[in-house]
Amino acid sequence: MRDVYLVSGGVSKFTKARHDKTFQGVVKEAVDYAVKDLGIEYKQFLELVDGSVASYFSDHFQRQLMSGIMAQDYLGLCPKPSHRVEGGGATGGLSFQEGWKNIASGHMETCVIYGFETMSHVETWKGNEFIALASDVSFDFPVGGFYSGYYAMMVVRHMEEFGTTVEQMAHISVKNHRNAFHNPYAQKRQKLTIEDVRKSTMVAWPLTRLDICVMSDGAAAVVLASEEGVKKLEKAAGKTLPKVKVAGIGCGTDAMRMSDRPHKKVPLLPFEKESDYKNLKYPGIHSFRAGRSAAIEAYKHAKINDPMQDLDFVELHDAYTSSEIQTYEDLGMCRYGQGGELAASGKTFMPGIDYGLKLKEKPVCPVNPSGGLIACGHPVGATGLMQAVFALWQLQGTIKKHFKDDALQVKGAKRGLIHSHAGTGTYVTVSILEGVR
Amino acid sequence: MRKQLKTTVAESTDGTVLYNVPFPKNIESLKEMTPIIIKQPYSIDYIHSYGQDSPWFAGLANKKLLGTKCTGCGYVFATPKLSCMECGSECDWIELPQEGKVHSFTVCHFGAEAFLDQCPFILGLIEFEGANTLLLTRLIGLDPEEANLKWVGMKVKAKFLRKSQFKPTDVYFVPA
Repeated sequence: MRDVYLVSGGVSKFTKARHDKTFQGVVKEAVDYAVKDLGIEYKQFLELVDGSVASYFSDHFQRQLMSGIMAQDYLGLCPKPSHRVEGGGATGGLSFQEGWKNIASGHMETCVIYGFETMSHVETWKGNEFIALASDVSFDFPVGGFYSGYYAMMVVRHMEEFGTTVEQMAHISVKNHRNAFHNPYAQKRQKLTIEDVRKSTMVAWPLTRLDICVMSDGAAAVVLASEEGVKKLEKAAGKTLPKVKVAGIGCGTDAMRMSDRPHKKVPLLPFEKESDYKNLKYPGIHSFRAGRSAAIEAYKHAKINDPMQDLDFVELHDAYTSSEIQTYEDLGMCRYGQGGELAASGKTFMPGIDYGLKLKEKPVCPVNPSGGLIACGHPVGATGLMQAVFALWQLQGTIKKHFKDDALQVKGAKRGLIHSHAGTGTYVTVSILEGVR
Repeated sequence: MRKQLKTTVAESTDGTVLYNVPFPKNIESLKEMTPIIIKQPYSIDYIHSYGQDSPWFAGLANKKLLGTKCTGCGYVFATPKLSCMECGSECDWIELPQEGKVHSFTVCHFGAEAFLDQCPFILGLIEFEGANTLLLTRLIGLDPEEANLKWVGMKVKAKFLRKSQFKPTDVYFVPA
């Protein structure tokens, strides 16, 4: 397989409602930005790009089938090859990896992956109902289908199993909202305290409104290219492009109904031992087996032994503060059971930002420096691609250029991880990105 | 203490029927126009078959809680699967005990639109002796305001609706 490079990206500002444009217009904003950042004219881009992948989750939000082709024609990409990829919350991550396959296989030299979601077309609680349709409609949805409820049950078990606390979870909310304070693309840019998070409206015990991401309208796009594709883009732009290589990809799955998850042994990462988890039944509902499987695959591919040391930052799918903690463990940033402790330690915070918290440890590997889903918003099909764009800018060292603020630039970042996650952990993707100097 | 009074009016989708809007003489200003937002109703009745899982619902109507057991490896599913997720063999129907323990739970203070009028309600995942998987259900008879980790491990028993609706809510669990 051929090397695949991430060369450009763009994001629309995520916001509660974009009534000013249809989804095609919002997608165009993201693609326009990516093309402009390449330093070429849109017309030139249309000549050079070989095809696309359309990333969006729900047909219900717009009551429109085939939205993908409507974006494709609006972008002027017809008659080039394209198709839609859908996999719940992991739609963006799966689409990114689909784009990778287009290039790695030799099928395309340059591919644009665009993602979007327009969740403002229905009221919030109807939106929650649409999202809950991503649970078994025979056995789960009718009992009280509500994703926040499902995640609450998972973290209750995490608390029971490992002693994780709501204050540890609140640290994630404070961190991610505070990081987003410096990210102009984020929907919620707030300075919060642990008390604010806990005193916020209870949604599904023990998760409060500030433990949970919000619905959003938005789009994101990335351009992937082969060595040959990069050369063509560079020739058109008349400059060398700061390249980021996709060093590894991984994907895992688990049963739709979380009640069906088994209680077995942990699939181990290189630094773990079976004796670490003598009494742990895995994954149960406290852990995401799909996330662990995706990490094992991606780490093998990218030759990562110790993620905490080998990665400079992580952008992960924090739809809930609790799922960031659970994901720390799946990704091997700590042992299973230590996620809560890691969340409150300071190791995953950004250096140089005052969170108003007493943190014991210095930052080691910032997680969600962009603010994550909790603060940026979660327009589902765009989310995983948004992570790719922010990771690209981190690795290019261009955060200041794009955010007009360098507080969130991870200094000298060489390698980052993006993590996209669906359902109650049904599809999970992990992709490793590496700066090429 | 001073009472906190609301300072916003609750929004709804009850709009006004409108048959025309103002239009500028100069079409060059159209790009500055604010968007027209309309109401687009949508409702549908699905013809949903429970297929091979149908006996589970028939069981509830007859006060029986069913699961399935793999004929190959003996794995027991508390939510029915007729094909084993472990080995792919066919499963047979079995009767589950009507008592179990709370594996996990939550109190939903909000929910999908379909369930908003039932909030707060309690969701629970139940574990059964001899079953390898869990069952999602409603927990009744616990105070939603008293949610705490001590509910995990609580012994609970099944109760059934007398007038079956052929929904998984035909069974619910109460403290044993």
